[in-house]
Amino acid sequence: MKTILYIIQKEFLQVFRNKSMLPIIFVVPIVQLIILVNAATFEMKHIRISVVDLDLSGTSRRLTSKFQGSPFYQVSHTAFSYKEAEEEMKKGNVDMILQIPAGFEKKLIKESHAKVQFVINAINGQTAGLTNAYSTMILLDFNRDVVVENINSAMVAGLKNIQTDYSYWYNPKLNYKTYMVPGILVLLVTIISLLLSGMNIVREKEIGTIEQINVTPIKKIQFIAGKLIPFWIIALFELAFGLAISKLLFNIPMEGNLGLIFMAASVYIFVILSFGLLISTITNTQQQAMLVSFFFMVVFILMSGLFTSVESMPQWAQTLDRLNPLMYFMKIMRMVLLKGSGFADISHLFWSLVIYAAIIISVAIRRYRKVA
Amino acid sequence: MPATTENIITVRNLVKRFGSFVANDHLTFEVKKGEIFGFLGANGAGKTTTIKILCGLSYPTSGELSIAGFDIYTQREKVKKNIGYMSQRFSLYDDLTVYENIRFYGGIYGLGKKEIDSRAHALMQRLGFETSRNKLIRDIPLGWKQKLAFSVAIVHNPKIVFLDEPTGGVDPITRRQFWDMIFEAAHDGITVFVTTHYMDEAEYCDRVSIMTDGRIAALDTPDNLKRQFNAPSMNDVFVKLARREEKPI
Repeated sequence: MKTILYIIQKEFLQVFRNKSMLPIIFVVPIVQLIILVNAATFEMKHIRISVVDLDLSGTSRRLTSKFQGSPFYQVSHTAFSYKEAEEEMKKGNVDMILQIPAGFEKKLIKESHAKVQFVINAINGQTAGLTNAYSTMILLDFNRDVVVENINSAMVAGLKNIQTDYSYWYNPKLNYKTYMVPGILVLLVTIISLLLSGMNIVREKEIGTIEQINVTPIKKIQFIAGKLIPFWIIALFELAFGLAISKLLFNIPMEGNLGLIFMAASVYIFVILSFGLLISTITNTQQQAMLVSFFFMVVFILMSGLFTSVESMPQWAQTLDRLNPLMYFMKIMRMVLLKGSGFADISHLFWSLVIYAAIIISVAIRRYRKVA
Repeated sequence: MPATTENIITVRNLVKRFGSFVANDHLTFEVKKGEIFGFLGANGAGKTTTIKILCGLSYPTSGELSIAGFDIYTQREKVKKNIGYMSQRFSLYDDLTVYENIRFYGGIYGLGKKEIDSRAHALMQRLGFETSRNKLIRDIPLGWKQKLAFSVAIVHNPKIVFLDEPTGGVDPITRRQFWDMIFEAAHDGITVFVTTHYMDEAEYCDRVSIMTDGRIAALDTPDNLKRQFNAPSMNDVFVKLARREEKPI
């Protein structure tokens, strides 16, 4: 036990003596949170529309102003022909074209149905889908107004109209930041843990001190514990620091128990540190370790559910994703912070992480050899 | 302490193969307790391979080895408690201070805090390092580092210390001081197993073995070797042996 303390002491000395370490620990999380949370948003704001109003009637103008009145849209261009609007879209100046055909008002009143056309730039499929959904909702709303005005109220009452009312749970204002912050925090803790642990032992290999340690009677488990505990503490601190910043800057909700978050985090960080240890046993230079870490990191992050929901991945990808530790912790963070889930709700994720930890640390310990 | 007749290292038919390459080809030798044993050979003769096996850093392919009375296969950890090792590569942390390095290595050898402090104090006094106690290793000269690395290698009072080319790149004066430290350690009863390319250092050893192509070509005291090869110095002995073994490529 005393031996472990000597290693921990040495690791802390080295970490804090390293001039680039303190900025990494304190500045990186702030920068990442501020930039990523604000930048990585799917929220639709300022969808630029070009309106091609060929009807030029009161009704068509009301439809246009309905869009203009929405915070999501911005009528940035009005055209007198579809061609003109299309040119604007090609130039990338507008995201959507709303075309109101001539005779729109007349048709609507006489035949009680009329058509308008949306043309949406779908280079980004997700954005296009959202734009379409928003636009349809505005149109429906407009439709109801017209019906109410033109048909007498008795008939309105007779219309067996099913109304849908939305209420968004857990994130009532559909605030994207609320959704992103817990995910970015996971990212932060993961990168710090993986790089610190992965680089560290490889560095001792590179400078040759590992040999000097291997020649001592120190036990493998002591050495590994002495190496992992300091980074485990730093990563947990990092998470606490990140949470504090998120609360201060973004005022993210913390519905659930913070103790639960840290309980899950301590297992999760252990998984990532062991993963880093494993990488450092199969590589010989810091450069190799960095490349291998990056490979796994990119796959893990993209499949973690940070940007795209895990549930909408193909079945094989979801199966594969069970090997992705980020996926578990990402879910836990969002569930506990945003929904206020308790231990019973996350227990399957939590135990999965525990099993993951047990497997990966035993592989890493086996792979780490004192004798070549 | 003069060399005794008691064997502290016994090696019988040690073989180490890397694929088809034989680095150590049936080595058999003993090292007596308390002696300074010089382990010479040209580059690539297999010296470092042998040292790593003796230190328990590498598995032998076959052969019997007993170090400090313990079997290398079954009592590896006991062997490690009783040996010190200074590798060819630099083995101190250059972002730690002199004292922190001593404390760390003392600590992982299981020394108590008081013991570490008293040994660190004695060690720094002997090296004249008192004023550099809190200097980072990267800021002190190479000769000092090597002397410190040696002191750290024997901080736990091992029975044997293995030195793999400890004086490579060190100036002649520091080299002389370094050997004074080796004599002192030997005087305190530590058996010294040293490899070197400096033939003047070979003269300081009690006994010397010369390796060529993974085999031990000669093993005796420097005087006997000079007599045997009819050479005025160890340098000539080495050249004669190396030339004899030189094969056309």
